[in-house]
Amino acid sequence: MDKLLGARDAVAAIQDGMTVGIGGWGPRRKPMALVRELLRSDVKDLTVVSYGGADVGLLCAAGKVRKVIFAFVSLDFMPLEPAFRKVRESGAIEVMEMDEGMMLLGLRAAAWGVPFIPTQVGLGTDVIKNNPGLAVIDSPYDDKEWVAVPALKLDVSLIHASHASRRGVCEIASPDHYMDDWFARAAAHTIVSTDSLVDDSHFHDSNVARRVFWERAETQAVVHTAAGAHPTSNDPTHGFDVAHFKHYAQLITEGGYSAWADTYLGADEAEYLSAVGGVDAIHALPLPVY
Amino acid sequence: MTYSLAELMVCAASRVFDQDGEVLATGIGLLPRLAASLAMRTSNPDMMMTDSQSFMLSTPNPVSGFEGHATQANENWMGFARIFDNVWSGKRHALVGPSQIDRFGQTNISALGGTYNAPKVQLLGVRGFPGNSISHANSFFVPKHSTRTFVAGECDVVCSIGYNPARLPKGYSMDDIDIRQVITDLCVMDFKGPDHQLRVVSLHPGVTLEEVQANTGFELAVAESLSVTEAPSDEQLAIIEQLDPKNARAKQLKDNPPGVRPSPQEA
Repeated sequence: MDKLLGARDAVAAIQDGMTVGIGGWGPRRKPMALVRELLRSDVKDLTVVSYGGADVGLLCAAGKVRKVIFAFVSLDFMPLEPAFRKVRESGAIEVMEMDEGMMLLGLRAAAWGVPFIPTQVGLGTDVIKNNPGLAVIDSPYDDKEWVAVPALKLDVSLIHASHASRRGVCEIASPDHYMDDWFARAAAHTIVSTDSLVDDSHFHDSNVARRVFWERAETQAVVHTAAGAHPTSNDPTHGFDVAHFKHYAQLITEGGYSAWADTYLGADEAEYLSAVGGVDAIHALPLPVY
Repeated sequence: MTYSLAELMVCAASRVFDQDGEVLATGIGLLPRLAASLAMRTSNPDMMMTDSQSFMLSTPNPVSGFEGHATQANENWMGFARIFDNVWSGKRHALVGPSQIDRFGQTNISALGGTYNAPKVQLLGVRGFPGNSISHANSFFVPKHSTRTFVAGECDVVCSIGYNPARLPKGYSMDDIDIRQVITDLCVMDFKGPDHQLRVVSLHPGVTLEEVQANTGFELAVAESLSVTEAPSDEQLAIIEQLDPKNARAKQLKDNPPGVRPSPQEA
């Protein structure tokens, strides 16, 4: 089976009102080329589930989002994501804010086909108060109450992998695959972008095969990108683009989404990459040191 | 030996880990991380620590002048998904800097003011605070002790469970909640006052109880054994120097004040 598609054709699977999960973490290994394709599309009213960074910020700023399910939206070195902050303070979006481990449980419940997973996380906090839909239930086994984290079923997930084959085998070579495996499993349809399209033989090495965290049946489409994670990091190939994020923050804060889009988005990825300085410059971005 | 207020706070904060044994210590922010690293290098060598990315370390990385993760002393892989397995096991102690702390020890890092649907200021989001607070020990690090942080009412968004009877979940007792110490630029406190009231344990050199109370939005208890915060030892200062060779700690507090306040005549 050949799952290779162009970015535009792959993202066409996303329709108005869908729930979209986005892999990566804050400013790290986000499927930004796929997010930009969404920004160029007419799609709207999305529910976005993400360990959020500029992916959430841009989609919200562009008016694509009805609801965000999140634990944080941050760019790490810039703790508060500027676009998300602006949209959130305007009251324009609905939110379901939960603990970051709770979100993991919601993705697992969806992946495992169970309606909820019980946890102590959230008890005694405003996570319960601010999410009236979040049930607190009695246990059949003890006298305590428990939060029933609902399955976060995703229509589509977007993930950026280090390497992928046409059959949809994906390797995450960065130090952390974050919750990407759960995003893939929680979704009916997973689209994976990669800068490195490889043959099946790439995975013969057992060290490489150990960095494949979900089976190819969980991946429905593969998109070959160039620096598809930019401006987020794609460790070990490149770090995140601090200078770009700073300019992004300035443009969004001073001129709103259109100021950023007019400067950088372009009609396609070739235009975007040329606006941000080209692939070679991106590959030269140093890896972050924590 | 002279020392800065940041160094005094780091040493005081490192003591919160002294009796922890084999737990993952997580200090969020440069000074809290330096405090946890100092504890691992001195009082609690059994402590566990991450590289703030995806591995656990047998010896902490420096917080400044660090060239890269390639040569660090890895112990095991510890990606974000696996962090929660540790969090929910209870074998962790986090030292964090909330934007608001109320009299119950509830904290806020999510949003300030306005309404929940349109807050005046969106902050980070609840992050892992709900899960941390109900699963394991937590201590707080406050670089600027003020009524903005120690708020009069409840926090605008309660991100972590505290000693609040009105919010105590069914089947829980106050003993299930484990908030250890609060280290600020003025003092060290704990929640061991009557009914878990926040209590001043030691004042930093030159600080008065009146000043601490005036900068807190609710009434504080005072420990019978109220003392002056212990000065950093030469050994602690030497290890801090090794862990922070570029002196990033000097840039964390406004004007990098000295640990012992000059008396009013000198100032």
